[in-house]
Amino acid sequence: MRYILYKLATFVATMTLVSIIIFFVFQLLPGNPAHIILGIEAEQAQIQQLEQELGLDKQATERYVDWVTGLFQADLGESLKYQLPVSDILVDRIPVTFSLGILSILLTIIIGIPLGILIARTKGKWISVVLSIMTQLGIAIPSFWFGFILILVFGVILSLFPTYGYVPWSEDFFGALRALFLPSLVIAISNIAVIIRYLRNTILDQANMEYVRTARCKGLTERKIMYGHILRNALIPVITILGLTIADTLGGSIIIENVFALPGLGNLLIESISSRDFPLVQSMVLYIAVLVITINFIVDLLYKVIDPRIRAKG
Amino acid sequence: MKKKLFIAFLLVFVIAFVLVGCSNSQNEEGKDANAAKPETKEATGSSVVRIAMSTEIDNLDPYKSAATDTGSMMDNVFDGLLDTNPKGELVGAIAKSYDISEDGLTYTFTLNEGVQFHDGSELTSEDVVASYETLAGMNGGEPIVAEFAVIDSIEAPSDYEVIFHLKEKNSAFLAANIVAIVPSDYEEQSSKPIGAGPFKFEAYKVGQELRLVKNENYYNHEKIPQIDEVQFKIMPDQESSVLAMQAGEIDVLPGVTQQGLTQLGDSINTVSGPQNMVQLLALNNDVEPYSDLKVRQAINLAIDKDTIIDTVSEGNGTKLGSNFSPAMEFYYEPGLEDYYATNIEKAKSLLAEAGYNDGFQMELTVPSDYQFHVDTAQVIAEQLSQVGIDVEIKMIEFSTWLEDVYQNEQYDTTIIGFTGKLDPYKILRRYVNDYERNFVNYDNEAYDELIDQALRATDEKDIAAHYKEAQRLLTEDAVSVFISDPDRTIAMSNHLEGLNMYPIQKFNLEDLHYTE
Repeated sequence: MRYILYKLATFVATMTLVSIIIFFVFQLLPGNPAHIILGIEAEQAQIQQLEQELGLDKQATERYVDWVTGLFQADLGESLKYQLPVSDILVDRIPVTFSLGILSILLTIIIGIPLGILIARTKGKWISVVLSIMTQLGIAIPSFWFGFILILVFGVILSLFPTYGYVPWSEDFFGALRALFLPSLVIAISNIAVIIRYLRNTILDQANMEYVRTARCKGLTERKIMYGHILRNALIPVITILGLTIADTLGGSIIIENVFALPGLGNLLIESISSRDFPLVQSMVLYIAVLVITINFIVDLLYKVIDPRIRAKG
Repeated sequence: MKKKLFIAFLLVFVIAFVLVGCSNSQNEEGKDANAAKPETKEATGSSVVRIAMSTEIDNLDPYKSAATDTGSMMDNVFDGLLDTNPKGELVGAIAKSYDISEDGLTYTFTLNEGVQFHDGSELTSEDVVASYETLAGMNGGEPIVAEFAVIDSIEAPSDYEVIFHLKEKNSAFLAANIVAIVPSDYEEQSSKPIGAGPFKFEAYKVGQELRLVKNENYYNHEKIPQIDEVQFKIMPDQESSVLAMQAGEIDVLPGVTQQGLTQLGDSINTVSGPQNMVQLLALNNDVEPYSDLKVRQAINLAIDKDTIIDTVSEGNGTKLGSNFSPAMEFYYEPGLEDYYATNIEKAKSLLAEAGYNDGFQMELTVPSDYQFHVDTAQVIAEQLSQVGIDVEIKMIEFSTWLEDVYQNEQYDTTIIGFTGKLDPYKILRRYVNDYERNFVNYDNEAYDELIDQALRATDEKDIAAHYKEAQRLLTEDAVSVFISDPDRTIAMSNHLEGLNMYPIQKFNLEDLHYTE
């Protein structure tokens, strides 16, 4: 209970800090949302009128206070650019980014963890060398390039997957899976490579530990040693990395969303920053902060499940 | 252990195969639809054209939208009193004819009878009056269309006749009448837009697609669309749209690059031409040394526009000499393109006369969002270094550019492109001294006088003569370096044809049809 209260307090403190920083940074940026909306041909009088309509003639601090007050009434405010409630816009975008994120995380886990174990177990053999080179490549490949290559091979030449676009799950389950497979794979590739390398190193580190020797003396099979002891310990740093990756993916991927024309959050964030859409940016930052903090919390809990020693301490 | 690994791998492969498997079965149908479009058309009785657009829709309501791309998509849903043809000449649309009084103060429009909005209601003068009252800001507030500020009163003597009384003569008024007419008392334009255009709004999925369907009851019977449905797909990445077109998942790609065209090969039809844009190196005439005519002329002489067009637009552009594109032929003053034919020696001696023997430092601010302008800046920097001008390129975000450069005029030089307008007044007004958007700070009474005369004139030839004279002044005073009008290319898959280039960004989808 104390633990949860403590977490909640840090959450509120982090959130307040983040939102105030964003607010001040935004004040420093030049650029008038009304002028950006109306474009280069707009007359001064039209800009002023739109400023009034959008409430931009109010003091910046006043607008910030309004936004925070709204927040306590579960109102995220109205986007300046789209002139729609921020919550409506986010409700459209979040499923896209979430589907993409979850699928890519699944791919990362399904492919990354077994391969990490394999590469550690086959240390020194040719398969391990080949996998090492491939992980090196996986980290080095620029994601937009890899995205284009996948589109070219699987979309244009083989016509196995659509080259762009999003299909909602509710409309067509397999269609959605098909539409999201290539982009998720692109996002997953570098994550897979990172996970494999991490897992390999930690497994090899753990394998030299005294407890492994003890286990062997006890007469445990190699299999029991690996899954019962080594892997348990080796997974702790991997889960940390995985947590960061998940938070990152669910925040939206700008490049991949653009390449595959997916209407996700990454796209929206860039748009909202360049159009100086303050309520939208603030709300998205809030969303990302909530996400990161929640995932960190879950990761903390997972540590305890995996390692009883952490449970005892906490 | 190995067994488990094996099972894990097997699982991944099975998933992949299932995906590919079901994709195959679905794709066969899809492929047929792409490969043999005319057949499917007969089979299913409906034809769909998919068009890639790089930017999102800002607002479906034509009176609230400001984005050029949105305008060009939604233009198919809305019609105005007038429309433009590919030459930039005004033609009747909802209005079948118009009449201008001798004194140029009264405009009478006669409407086509039997024009229906998409909801089935008839379009009458009442809707026109209501639309114009909103547009002219007569219900309070600022006018949405600045040219309509000149409207003094509107009357509708009959259902098919609208009369505008202007406060003063204004030759810019007429071209502004291409703006959308909307039903009076309809409040849902932002979510379910209704107009009288050749296509009906069907659905919009935010950030994904805009779907329009054919308007069977379009009043202009010759122009009833031949395509049943149009889907504008929002695809922010150019390279992805080219790949999608290669895969047959996109049928029309506007604004395709030269590289994209090479990639697409002969599987496509193209239309291409000047887009009535003016790309210029703007010189702030209020800041030294650009306040000196000799310096401005020297810069003009040092810049080789042909090289810029060849390298940055790969040869696909029209060289300009003033702030005007030949896309608007009737008002264009020819012969100014080579007024400052590249001459390094002459440029150097002009600089010396102005007292800059050793050249000077030039700060060139470029909006980094536009790669085209950034590339141009690099070529210009290279060219100006030959006369001793040391160019320092400063890249800023477009939003910042709007405020710092355009609004507050805090800059020395910048590169920007002004998009096409149907009315020369809107294009040339930019250099009138007391106009708030004269960010180049050009100050010449003779010029202001010419623009004013053009506005007050009633004879088309007089109007054109004044505008031509004004273009000449801009060149002679070397107000800025007017570089080029880059070509715009629309790629269509080779079973489609009918799209045209217009002096404004416009898609004449009603003319789009399948080749035989």
